[in-house]
Amino acid sequence: MSNSHHSPHTLSAALAERFTDNRKVINDKDPVFVEKLRARAIELFRQQGLPGSHLERWRNTDITQSLDASYYHELKRNTEKINIDEIFQCKVDNFETFLVSQLNGWFAHQDHLLRELDNGVIVGSLREAFRQYPGLIKKHYGTYAPPEDHGLTALNTAFAQDGVFIYVPDSLEVKIPIQMVSLVRTSNPVLLFPRNLVVMEKNSSLTMVHCDDSIEKETSFSGSVSEFFLDEGARLDYYKLQNKDDHSAVVNSSYFHQEAGSALSTHTISLNGGILRNETRVTLNGENARADVLGLYLMDRSQHVDNYVFMDHASPNCYSNEQFKGILDDRAKAVFNGHILVRKDAQSTEAFQSNKNIQLTDEARVVTQPFLEIYADDVKCSHGATVGQLDPLAMFYLRSRGICHRNARMLMMYAFAAEMVNQISIHALKEQIDHMVVKRLKGELSICDQCVLHCKDERQVSFEIDMNKV
Amino acid sequence: MLQIKDLVVSVEGKTILQGVNLEVSPGEVHAVMGPNGSGKSTLANIIAGKEGYEVVSGSIHYQGKNLLDMDVEDRAREGIFMGFQYPVEIPGVSMNNFMRTAIDEIRKYRGEKPLSAKEFLALMNKKKKLVGLKESLAGRAVNEGFSGGEKKKNEIFQMALLEPVLAILDETDSGLDIDALKIVANGVNALKTKNTSTIVITHYQRLLDYIVPDRVHVLSDGQIIKSGNKELALELEEKGYGWLE
Ligand SMILES: Nc1ncnc2c1ncn2[C@@H]1O[C@H](COP(=O)(O)OP(=O)(O)O)[C@@H](O)[C@H]1O
Ligand SMILES: [Mg+2]
Repeated sequence: MSNSHHSPHTLSAALAERFTDNRKVINDKDPVFVEKLRARAIELFRQQGLPGSHLERWRNTDITQSLDASYYHELKRNTEKINIDEIFQCKVDNFETFLVSQLNGWFAHQDHLLRELDNGVIVGSLREAFRQYPGLIKKHYGTYAPPEDHGLTALNTAFAQDGVFIYVPDSLEVKIPIQMVSLVRTSNPVLLFPRNLVVMEKNSSLTMVHCDDSIEKETSFSGSVSEFFLDEGARLDYYKLQNKDDHSAVVNSSYFHQEAGSALSTHTISLNGGILRNETRVTLNGENARADVLGLYLMDRSQHVDNYVFMDHASPNCYSNEQFKGILDDRAKAVFNGHILVRKDAQSTEAFQSNKNIQLTDEARVVTQPFLEIYADDVKCSHGATVGQLDPLAMFYLRSRGICHRNARMLMMYAFAAEMVNQISIHALKEQIDHMVVKRLKGELSICDQCVLHCKDERQVSFEIDMNKV
Repeated sequence: MLQIKDLVVSVEGKTILQGVNLEVSPGEVHAVMGPNGSGKSTLANIIAGKEGYEVVSGSIHYQGKNLLDMDVEDRAREGIFMGFQYPVEIPGVSMNNFMRTAIDEIRKYRGEKPLSAKEFLALMNKKKKLVGLKESLAGRAVNEGFSGGEKKKNEIFQMALLEPVLAILDETDSGLDIDALKIVANGVNALKTKNTSTIVITHYQRLLDYIVPDRVHVLSDGQIIKSGNKELALELEEKGYGWLE
């Protein structure tokens, strides 16, 4: 991906040095606890360096070749007046969202950096929240995503200056989904470390749609970290859509901390991207917590997707379900690592995991590794992984009814993907993603100038196959 | 309509059809009978275009065209339909999407305008009634969780929708009770015209009580060893295949 081939060690040293050189600018007027956390994080990063193939968890995804110490890094908010709505529009029919955008890692709505809404929801720039709500931030920030976890989380913690902060008060049901859009727009190869924090108080509920997009086809490396705190009884539906261009590398590390009776569901839909690494770490920290971690990836050319899930059953009576499906074409590569940890006291645990792949060519590659670590004895656990081709008998059956080879293949791939799409519970979003999946499978989805959910100049595509249920 | 000449077919080096000759004219119903393993399904699959067979020698012509040169889907678009002995389950693909796609493609191939959603639904309903297919099955994934009988009815349902010129039914009657058998037979008879032909592959004479064949052929060890009129079927029922060998 990058032109220069440097040693990971030199690169790590250069990145650490960049921090030291810019420490003042980065800290700016941040509270002392943030500054201290940065100091701890950079120290950890110096020790660990970037995660690389020497670590089991990163064996199949080498990110060290996807970034370069020379990459541009926007250390100050670009104060040039930009109207985010002008460079970017996002619209899904019948789907109203509260939009929060980030541009090159910085919260983009400059006129209202942080808002406290009438219902008590706080939403806006994390950096602004550092200043306005230091007490609230201090309680959570860096707690669920400890910089000790891996080098990139440490590096993010050191460098992170902005991102999205969301606070949902006790028992509040947020009706309108919050849509987070992370845009990259630059004329140079760029390095970003976005950082997000979502705090949900008891029995609150929230739906989030997180889009990772590129605006210009420029090389970028994004090492984002998001922390989510779900207090007792809180419910979060989190949709992540990835439609990046082939020059981009993204490592998304999401840390979910769940208290008793909380329910999480995440859907990660990866449609395009150079290198995508999605780390999902869930801690089920109270009884009867539930987590559904789902994913769909459709990769071709030399795209690379890596889903890593760490499910920590730290309390009894919890339920987790991981389900990932993917289709790999050309020379694309998919990695799935599912680590389930059932701690000694986590009795009556139910933990399920499945990863199914269709490998369309001999050159496409799938590496899937379940890892179950179980210390309790009353556990219901299952895992399964498959890598297969499209069933030739089914292909013959479809074709024998007059359906051409290409459409028969499409029908089968669509059917395979639909199992995941159908689990999206927001109807309008489901329809839209369904539409995008069809386009993706037909090779018609482009990385356009708009968000993953809508392409401005685009007509409704006409299908040779009418996938809509008649 | 269909001319098969000296057809020799092998699978994985093993010769299965050893010089089959068969001629079917428009409007005719032919029955192909014979013991298990005699090559009946192989013959049907070769006509439908299934991969994995090697045609060693011989020819098949359909409506004057060299059938063996045609892609599977083009054979279907030209009017060939095979009812599978073992219909395939396709999880996730709904019957509606399946048939909608098939009909759209066939119509496009023939230069006909596509059916509207409404016309399509009306057609589905009409044919469902014809074959007595349960309403709920059409909304389900192709053959998934269907009983044996339902799968066979589903084949006839598809045949009714696609209105083939030449239908080959490979043991569609196996495993059916007498009521289901009648439905299958009624479906076949209802679709019969003077321009269409049917090849019924069967083990049992009982289907032929309902579908009256013009010709009956006995396939044994990859060869048609005897042909006759419908009385031959009765004779086979009585005496078995042994007396022919
Ligand atoms: N794909 C195959 N590979 C190997 N042998 C096959 C294959 N298909 C059919 N055969 C063999 O060819 C012979 C004829 O099979 P088939 O056409 O299915 O007979 P029938 O339908 O009359 O029972 C059998 O001996 C069967 O085992
Ligand atoms: Mg057979």
